[in-house]
Formats: sequence, C-alpha cells, structure tokens
Amino acid sequence: MKKTILYDEHLKHGAKIVEFGGYLMPIEYTNISLEHQAVRKRSGLFDVSHMGEIEVKGREATEFINYLTTNDLRLVGHKKMAYSLMLYENGGVVDDLMVYKYNNEHYLLVVNAGNKDKDYEWIINHKGNFDIEINDLSDQISLLAIQGPYSFKVLQKITDFDLNSLTLFDFAEFMVLGKQCMVSRSGYTGEDGFEIYASNEDILYLFKELASFPEVSLCGLGARDTLRFEAAMPLYGHEISEDINPLEAGLGFAVKLDKDFIGRDVLKHAKETGLNRKIVGLELLEKGIARSGYEVYHGEEKIGYITTGYMIPNTDKTLAFALVDARYSSIGMDVSIQIRKHRVASKIRNKKFLEKKYIR
Amino acid sequence: MSKILENLKYAASHEWVRVEDGFAYIGITDYAQDSLGSIVYIEVGEVGDEVAQGEEFGAVESVKAASDLLSPVSGEIVEVNENVLDNTEDVNGDPYGSWLIKVKMSDESELDNLLDPKQYEESLD
Repeated sequence: MKKTILYDEHLKHGAKIVEFGGYLMPIEYTNISLEHQAVRKRSGLFDVSHMGEIEVKGREATEFINYLTTNDLRLVGHKKMAYSLMLYENGGVVDDLMVYKYNNEHYLLVVNAGNKDKDYEWIINHKGNFDIEINDLSDQISLLAIQGPYSFKVLQKITDFDLNSLTLFDFAEFMVLGKQCMVSRSGYTGEDGFEIYASNEDILYLFKELASFPEVSLCGLGARDTLRFEAAMPLYGHEISEDINPLEAGLGFAVKLDKDFIGRDVLKHAKETGLNRKIVGLELLEKGIARSGYEVYHGEEKIGYITTGYMIPNTDKTLAFALVDARYSSIGMDVSIQIRKHRVASKIRNKKFLEKKYIR
Repeated sequence: MSKILENLKYAASHEWVRVEDGFAYIGITDYAQDSLGSIVYIEVGEVGDEVAQGEEFGAVESVKAASDLLSPVSGEIVEVNENVLDNTEDVNGDPYGSWLIKVKMSDESELDNLLDPKQYEESLD
C-alpha cells in the first residue's frame, strides 16, 4: 500500500485512515459533517497527492490528446485546464481527467489514483506514430486542494502572485512561501478554491504552513465525496465507469462529437438513436438514505440503481444520483428506492443540488 | 481505546445488552460508534415486532455508510427509544447511555452465547 508524503502529518492530526486507490488516505480528521461545513463556510485543506499526473509533450501533443480524450483541446487557451474523458471503443469510460494545457506541445493529465496505472498503459498503447513523449510524474508530484470561501485570502497571504489574475480553470506557475508551485483555480467541491502542485518535499512544507491558519480545517476523503456529490460532480466507478458512458452521465459538455476520438462512433450513434439510460437526481420524500447499489423502482418495475446517495451533512435532506431507464427519467416522476425492507418514496429532480461559487 | 462497560454483555457484531427484570436493553458499543463516525440516521423495528438472536433488527447510518443492527437476543420489541432516534448524535456522545430497543426476551439462556467484557475486548484486537 502506498502513502503520500503527508501520511505522518495525517496521523499527527488524528486522521482516521482508509485504503483508497492503492493509497492509505485520511477519510476524516474530526468528522465528515464538520469538514463539509468548513469547506462551505470557511476553508478546507485536502491532501490529494494520490492523484496521478501524466505529462504529454511534443509536436503532436494536441492532436494526440484530442484523439485520446473527448474534449477538444484546440478550443482551450494556454495555461487553462479542461475536463475530459478517455473512453473505450464501446463508449465506456477508462477514466475522467483534468487536462492542463501549458501550450500546444505541453500538457499535464491529472487522473484518478485508482486508475492511474491502467490509464498510463492505455495512453502508451495508443501513442502509435504520434510525435510525442509521455512521462508518468505521479511519484514526483504532490497535490493539495484548498477549497471554500476563505481559501483565496489564505493563499494570497503566502504568495506575491496576484491570485485575482486567475479565474476558474486558469493556472500559473509561481512561488508560494519560496516554493515553486503550479496552481490552478479549480477543485472538486463546487466552491472557489485552488489546487497546488509541487515537489513532495515542498508540499509537506506548504501543508504544515496552510494547516496552521485558523481559517483552515483539514478535510479528508469523506468530506471530499459529500462535497463533490452535493456539487453534482461525477465520481469514477459511480456515475461513470466502464459500463456508463459520459452521455448517459450528462457530461455531453465535455464530449465533442465533431472531432475524432476513441469511442466517438458509439457515442455518436447513441446520441442519434437516443439514450437508453440516464443519470438523474433523486430526492427522498420519506426517511432513509439511498446508498450506492440500492434498486430504484417505478411502480413494481425495477428501472435502475443508485450510484451515490447521502444525507447532505448538516441538513436532513437526503439526495441521490441514480442510473435509470431513460423512459422514467423525467423530472418530477415518482419512483421508489428499495432500502432494506422498505420502498422509500422519492422524486426525480434536477442535479442542481448546490449553487456553485466559482469565480469566472 | 474504546470504552467497554463491565456490567454488559456484548455481541461480536458490536451491540451491547443490559438485562433488567427479564428485559434486554440493546444499543451499539463505543467501538461501533467510533468506527461509524457521526451517526445521522437510525432505523429499528416497531413495538410488537419479533427479533431473533443474530438477525437484523434495523440499521444505523453515518454520513458515509449504513451498518446493519443485529439483535443479540430473541424476543419481542416492547419499547423503542424515540428520543435517541430523534437525536442520533447521542449515540456518538454516550453509546452506553443510548439504548435503541427494549426487548422482552423469549429465551434468557441465549445470553450465554454472548461475549463478556473481557472476551469482547479481545475480539477488538
């Protein structure tokens, strides 16, 4: 099992540790509800060094990434990032990723920890004759996310770089407390915030410094998941997977069918003939919490299953995502969820659970 | 270090039992509440329901997961602690003071199948 450079810090701060994506990671330091609240109201600091970083460089880097992934990097400016997906030929998802575009010949792909080795192999296997080189930098780079309304103020205190020059999905390279960093205005919580990439040693130093601010709470993977869920972002293995394609998951904004990429033909055909299944939002009308895998019914007919569900921390609202038969996917439809021995009444609703606080 | 009380019996599935006048008060242990984290929802059967030793009688849910409740004894539910069901954080704060159901036992000899405090402590290692 791997550890990030911050493992001993997590233990020092009393974290409960779990295995995730091949790493021993903090699931919570205090509890998920407090950490969720800290990000919504103040600022939360996350160790996300388990994420994989794969560099693609060379004359045909843009062409290669456009072939490899669903989004169109020709439309993305320098020093900007884009959400994209790598697909199998059948349209299923290899992984979703953030693509950092330095310029037309230099990219950094940030991928899920648990998929990294599979992703790297997939990328190498599709290199073909493209004039590029591919480097797995995951073991050399660590990553922090600082998220929530006070994050700007905190980070600005420890760098001379004007953070106002970055808006959502911009990134830049600059010094933070004398350490060379790459920083993007981005995250996985629906809040304003930043992701900070640096060498392992520098991240250890910056983590200790950031953690010492009174506005900042340490947050684990538990809150990371409740926050991304409330912000209606997909998680690989839940809303997208080998078996759930990005159109079914409602990620069409990142799928540019007018250019060639692996898996395009299947998605194009699916779009033309209509989708059979869709990820929808659900609100439970009775008591209970819908968990991943629970079955969803329309009358007596099973129409799908829950992909993620929570009682939103610090509320009594219970929401879920489900993959359901498209015939029963319209907003307002009455369905029920099998929770242990009961069928719990629920309604299909939009996925806008949260008003996002991005700085655009 | 999880707290274990001397005067209780325990199930390996982390429920405790306190016996009073032929009734069994059932809750979850300090170890269970700590492993689960903040408890946000508890579901148990209703008064009049039959429960059986080792069988599910409800579930306790934290933010991150649901965990089945297994009854340490057989019998009939005669009371449900609605106060704790409405204030689930009490189970985190005082797990041994927060019983969930009171059962009229049908077979007190089943108590011999449960763990004593020392055995339960060893089971946590």
